[in-house]
Amino acid sequence: MGAGVKKRPIAAVALIAAITGTVMTGCALAAPGPAPSETATENTRTLTGTLTVFAAASLTDTFTAIAQAFNERHPDLRLVFNFGGSSGLATQIVEGAPVDVFAAASGATMATVTDAALADGEPVVFVTNSLEIAVPAGNPGGVTGLADFAKPELVIALCEPVVPCGAASVTVLERAGVVASVDTLEQDVRAVLTKIELGEVDAGLVYKTDVLAAGDAVEGIELAGAAAAIGRYPIVQLVDSANPGATNPSAANPAAAAAFIDFVLSPIGQQIFKDAGFGAP
Amino acid sequence: MPVLARRRSALAPALWVPAGLALAVLALPLAALVVRAPWAELPTLLAQGPVAQALMLSLGTAALTTLVSLVLGVPLALLLARSAEWRAIPRRLMRALVTVPLVLPPVVGGVALLLLLGRRGVIGQWLDAWFGITIPFTTTAVVLAQTFVAMPFLVLAVEGAIRASDRRFEIAAATLGANRLTVFRRVTLPLIAPGISAGALLCFTRALGEFGATITFAGSFPGVTQTLPIATYLQLQTDPDAAIALALVLLAVSVIVLVSLKDRWVPGLSS
Repeated sequence: MGAGVKKRPIAAVALIAAITGTVMTGCALAAPGPAPSETATENTRTLTGTLTVFAAASLTDTFTAIAQAFNERHPDLRLVFNFGGSSGLATQIVEGAPVDVFAAASGATMATVTDAALADGEPVVFVTNSLEIAVPAGNPGGVTGLADFAKPELVIALCEPVVPCGAASVTVLERAGVVASVDTLEQDVRAVLTKIELGEVDAGLVYKTDVLAAGDAVEGIELAGAAAAIGRYPIVQLVDSANPGATNPSAANPAAAAAFIDFVLSPIGQQIFKDAGFGAP
Repeated sequence: MPVLARRRSALAPALWVPAGLALAVLALPLAALVVRAPWAELPTLLAQGPVAQALMLSLGTAALTTLVSLVLGVPLALLLARSAEWRAIPRRLMRALVTVPLVLPPVVGGVALLLLLGRRGVIGQWLDAWFGITIPFTTTAVVLAQTFVAMPFLVLAVEGAIRASDRRFEIAAATLGANRLTVFRRVTLPLIAPGISAGALLCFTRALGEFGATITFAGSFPGVTQTLPIATYLQLQTDPDAAIALALVLLAVSVIVLVSLKDRWVPGLSS
């Protein structure tokens, strides 16, 4: 309990940040990226201006670390992030939000953007992720597996089925034949996680990477059939104003967008994802 | 007086430009909502079960919130209006406490409620341990979140009405032998009734639109805690047309309620 009391303010700040979908301005507060191993003169050409990236909520920590490493190579480039539920981000992009790069947590939400002919090229899957049961430290609800999700006395949180983690949760529960007694359907995976961190929820389904990112406040329980719920994360550059017939006049920095995606796919970028618990594409 | 009147009318053209812009800022987004609305499909979109469910939940919780705010807020407004005789520091502190929820981001209010009444909250942990009561993720939590955000509207409106009312009527009634309860019932209450109605309507509409504190403290589950604004937000992610339809319902209810606010009640709001 003592540890819980101490953690509360931090968790509260995390909750505010997660729920308001804070736009982070390349300020990498999170895990220090790997030491910059400036191997080659691969990027002698420095990038400038602003690069706007919309990314799934579950990428919050890794993309912030990637941004730090990327910024070390391109100090004059300003990176602006908007983290949130992939489906909400996709809607914002279709409605004309100014954005250069979109990284979604599922092919379905990416399709919203590609169907609207806003993607420049084909989306590339850059990481995979799988679901895990998350419980507060100490597992107060005594949760041992998916079957416990059917217990009405436990407080259960899932992602809203329209967001990728929610869709994956539905699949996992269906395959396990569990009818969950759900208390709340949160708007993105981070909202589920923060409610677990605060101890308000006995168990939830979140990504493995989120359990790792949460540290001691959250314990993860591996799913027996987790392979069934592997999520693929596609990333794509959006059409820019110079592109004929572009309906998105706001993608302003195609050079930086391409370089950023290359960096995400590069060994350095992939190592950051691997350290955070993501799977290779 | 005539001089003043002439000066005011002379000012009018210069006033119209910024005032018109101000109106445009407020009205144009709503006009866009009406223009973009899928009018043809509106009946089908609104006939969906979840919509009716969210609407009923919103109307029900907002009504409960208004009731709670009336019972608790009117006495607080009386106290606040009479606090003029207090020392400055407790008086200002109390006024700040009443006003803070108006300016605080509702999400912060939701976090604060979680930290107070959540299962590990300052009070919530004892409610859970002693009575087995947990508040988050229940309809009660929705009402609490709405009350936190909406009650100040009622309190300030009623307080304004009390301050604007002439205390000499009460004093006269008292010197004529009426006891305190009679004075309150027969003199004070009728005098501030318009302020109470205006405050209750504002409180109701604000509660109806509550989103941030609710989704943070009460979560979102259809039929239990998923109010119309939350349903609108979720629909926007998959079906923008349905979201616009929901938004129109919310807009219509709010406009109907607010139009019923009579002009003469409004001075009570500013004080």
